[in-house]
Amino acid sequence: MMEAKGSAHATPIIQMEDVAIGAMRDPETVVLGEIHWNVNAGDYWVIGGLQGSGKSDFVLATAGLMAPLRGRYLFLGEEMPIFDEARLPIRLRLGLVFETGQLFNHLTVRQNVALPLRYHRNLTMEQAQSEVQPVLEALELAPWADSTPGALGRNWQKRVGLARALMLKPELLIVDNPLIGLDLRHTNWWLGFLEELSRGHNIFEKRSLTLVVTTADLRPWQGRAPQFAILQDKRMHILGSWSQVEGAGQQAARELLAL
Amino acid sequence: MESPRVRFLLRMPMPHHLTHSLGRKIFRFLLTIQGLGAFALISVAIALTKFRKSRHVIWPLITHEISRAGLKLLPMFLFLAAALGLVIIGQAVSWLTRVGAINFLGTIMVLVVVRELGPLLAAFLVLARVGTANVVELGTARAMGEVEALEALGIDPVHYLVMPRLLGMALGVFALTVYLILGSLVSGYLWAFLQDVPLRPSDYFRQLANALNWLDFALLGLKTLCFGFVIALVTCYHGLAQPLRLEEVSYATVRAVAQSVITCVLLDALFILIYLAT
Repeated sequence: MMEAKGSAHATPIIQMEDVAIGAMRDPETVVLGEIHWNVNAGDYWVIGGLQGSGKSDFVLATAGLMAPLRGRYLFLGEEMPIFDEARLPIRLRLGLVFETGQLFNHLTVRQNVALPLRYHRNLTMEQAQSEVQPVLEALELAPWADSTPGALGRNWQKRVGLARALMLKPELLIVDNPLIGLDLRHTNWWLGFLEELSRGHNIFEKRSLTLVVTTADLRPWQGRAPQFAILQDKRMHILGSWSQVEGAGQQAARELLAL
Repeated sequence: MESPRVRFLLRMPMPHHLTHSLGRKIFRFLLTIQGLGAFALISVAIALTKFRKSRHVIWPLITHEISRAGLKLLPMFLFLAAALGLVIIGQAVSWLTRVGAINFLGTIMVLVVVRELGPLLAAFLVLARVGTANVVELGTARAMGEVEALEALGIDPVHYLVMPRLLGMALGVFALTVYLILGSLVSGYLWAFLQDVPLRPSDYFRQLANALNWLDFALLGLKTLCFGFVIALVTCYHGLAQPLRLEEVSYATVRAVAQSVITCVLLDALFILIYLAT
């Protein structure tokens, strides 16, 4: 199992023991089972999976939006999913970026990004502005701050989703398939920005963020992330470092590397 | 003696799955009742427990909904009030004059507009203009994963999406009904005046005042608030409470409109019974 880097937590951030995950559309259907997986503070995991391997369901279950069908899933030592108000502050230490951004189309970019902050701290837009603007600038979104998501290209919509997830300063960030459909410039930006977040970005006062990223193509992550796993045949296979990915025998790993 | 058409129908083979189909319909009806009941309880509980939570975010949404379901519909309602006065007075005057009962003009206005047509008409128009938009907006938000996005941000979708609509539509229907009734009563007199009915304004308004009692005001307030609440509840339920694909949004809208109309009519019947019993 991976070692924690500069861990501030005695307990792992994520602990999954024999977890089975259902499909979002049909929760009784098992899409992944027998997951034994630990994520420690500071880890940077890339989870590869072909289309239909259950990546999005895995992400939703890990983010606590779906209860596992079986097994035990602890986030920061707390049983997931968390829906009760009393334990909500623990849930909010986890941020989720959806594959298509899932932005609120009736709100502007600035309002989208400010929403979690305003809702949980009961702030007016003006009060939230001092915290929203640095994030918009760090993600190069300031020129589009007053546009609605529909006026933005897909590349930028995903970035707005990332900005929104970062507003509550989570300790764990789960990013679903961030590189899909991006042009090269945006792909490089995402790889670089996620690496910075993992090392400690200025907007987090250099605090290291724990990252779990899913992908349908492992190649761009070579030399970028230290820990890899793949989803295949309804199982999660922990591979380890990049060299182990290259040496992996699984058919899915070879396909994810386009071999 | 059976008619040829009935005999023909009786000779036809029974559909294989008639009982299945009927059973399915009853089962679906019961499931909808159960779902709506549960959704209503959850929504009321959240409105009561979280009313003050995040008020800088939620209260502007409530104001927006009141404006959408009330203020913005006002011009249409004023036009409708004029038309309603014309329709009722136009018909009533000719018949009341024939039977020498023109002194009942005010009473008829109270019976028709205040007790029945005003609240129902206001509810149906709000349903058509705002309720349908509710289902489409929420259904699309659900299909596009915006509800999951709210949950991921720790934002209660019922608090953020449903509560403002419940309060906004309840208050909107109430306010619009009051405007519709006042407008109809005034326009009714104007149409009577234009038809040379020998009725002074003071007599007309005295007739209205005599026909009204405290129960009219109490039930009118309660009924209109219930109509707005029920329309918001049914439209939000169909848009939000179950996973939807984009192509299912139009079916959900049709279902929501039909169920809202039926629920409002049933509620109206209940209020008539209450009125008759007191």
